[in-house]
Amino acid sequence: MTVMRGEPDTGRRSFSLADFLTQTIAVADAEVVKLRHDPMDLVSRAVQPILWLLLFGQVMGHVRGLATGSASYLDFLAPGVLAQSVLFVAIFYGLSAIWERDLGVLHRYLVSPAPRSALVIGKALASSVRGLAQSLVIYVCAALLGVGLSFDLRHILGVIAFIVLASALFSTFSLIIACIVKTRERFMGIGQFLTMPIFFASNAIYPISMMPPWLRTISRINPLSYEVDGLRCLMLAGGASQFGLWFDYAALLMVTLALVTIATRMYPRLTE
Amino acid sequence: MTQVDPDASRSIVEACELTRRFGPIIAVDRVSFSIAASETFALIGPNGAGKSTLMKMLTTMLPPTSGRASVAGYDVAREPQQVRAHIGYVPQLLSADGELTGYENMLLSARLYLIPHAERSLRVEAALAMMGLTDAKDRLVRTYSGGMARRLEIAQSTLHRPAVLFMDEPTVGLDPGGRRTVWAHVEQLQDEIGAAIVFSTHYMDEAEEVCDRVALISDGRLAALGTPAELRGAQGADATLDDVFTALTGSTLVEGGPRQ
Repeated sequence: MTVMRGEPDTGRRSFSLADFLTQTIAVADAEVVKLRHDPMDLVSRAVQPILWLLLFGQVMGHVRGLATGSASYLDFLAPGVLAQSVLFVAIFYGLSAIWERDLGVLHRYLVSPAPRSALVIGKALASSVRGLAQSLVIYVCAALLGVGLSFDLRHILGVIAFIVLASALFSTFSLIIACIVKTRERFMGIGQFLTMPIFFASNAIYPISMMPPWLRTISRINPLSYEVDGLRCLMLAGGASQFGLWFDYAALLMVTLALVTIATRMYPRLTE
Repeated sequence: MTQVDPDASRSIVEACELTRRFGPIIAVDRVSFSIAASETFALIGPNGAGKSTLMKMLTTMLPPTSGRASVAGYDVAREPQQVRAHIGYVPQLLSADGELTGYENMLLSARLYLIPHAERSLRVEAALAMMGLTDAKDRLVRTYSGGMARRLEIAQSTLHRPAVLFMDEPTVGLDPGGRRTVWAHVEQLQDEIGAAIVFSTHYMDEAEEVCDRVALISDGRLAALGTPAELRGAQGADATLDDVFTALTGSTLVEGGPRQ
């Protein structure tokens, strides 16, 4: 048995940030390629938020007494709808993780030497790409409806940062739920059950000041509120933040990091 | 330093009293063996015998309950990432992504295994050519036949030239032609990279044809271990491995255990 053996090219001991990024981007890129193969998926998912703006926004705009400050209700609603569509796309990410497990694709990732955190962050970034693509559709629609958008480059970069963070946050949360429930059927039930409270117990479609005190408390620990608050400040011309823009960023970043840490531990057990 | 120089060490896979329990069920019960570098080694047993569980432990997909195992000199429980860098694994379920093309699947693996950027496309093309998939590389994998998808997965799993290639039932569900093609490519690949090959199967003829040694697994235990000729020898010259299995375990391969 004197066969010449090629040495493996991997297995370097030291942690290298460049390697970590290569592996993270590989995971995210695979999702982007799939999106390119089937772009219709994006269009169909954009229908729901457009209906919120077009129908809900138009009707509720005529209600007096919503404390939306100087902004029109449609202006107030647009960032909420953007945040909502990002949430709805991200929250079902766990379902695709279970789906990948059932198909066997998850094994391909888990047997590779990529650190589990690279896999989790790669998946989170993939969800961010979807979120950004959705946002583009909603921006176009909002502009057509006459929402007073800000096109200041710094504001747009800020909006991108919020969408990337929020997508990563909710998709990783969804991944953790998937690791707990483990089957598609159970996830479907829970996914529906989760999105509605997150959405309604936030400042997405009405101001927190209108809520009863107990709901106000819930909405203050709901990450969606901080995403909407940041988006309201950056997306609208003359927009303002209620909690402070940097506080919004910090809140989303910290929750995301905590969730990524948890998901990194749980993700490999999805196959057991 | 736990890595052993692979040329100096005689075995590339070592299992010692390896055990896995699921609640009250003992799926793998104190299994010990060692596999030499560039050996072809088969795990044979009926469904539910514990072959998949054993392979999942060796590939770090499942932690052992007790006992230990090392692959390429790394401990599966303590150094899983190092183990994964030195092995290829073709799981029982199809692991190539049907929504990506063959080439895109290969590129994903090349990046996960950190093949240097400058070599990526050359190595991917060479691996696709070796597996006879060059013409199909730009088609979505969901349009592939079972045998083509298996060959793609083997190419994905060996792009980094692993020391051991694990395959869990690699030819299950393939027609005889597909099985032959897969094995012809695996043998060619082994000549090129010199990896040890560890696979599970319940096709006895397949094991007899391609294996250096065979481990018979029954009810989570190692029932026998040896070359096909050695195992047959004990039962007479005309015996098949099926006969050997029946003589040793009192059950047959097809009906031997509960389904997984």
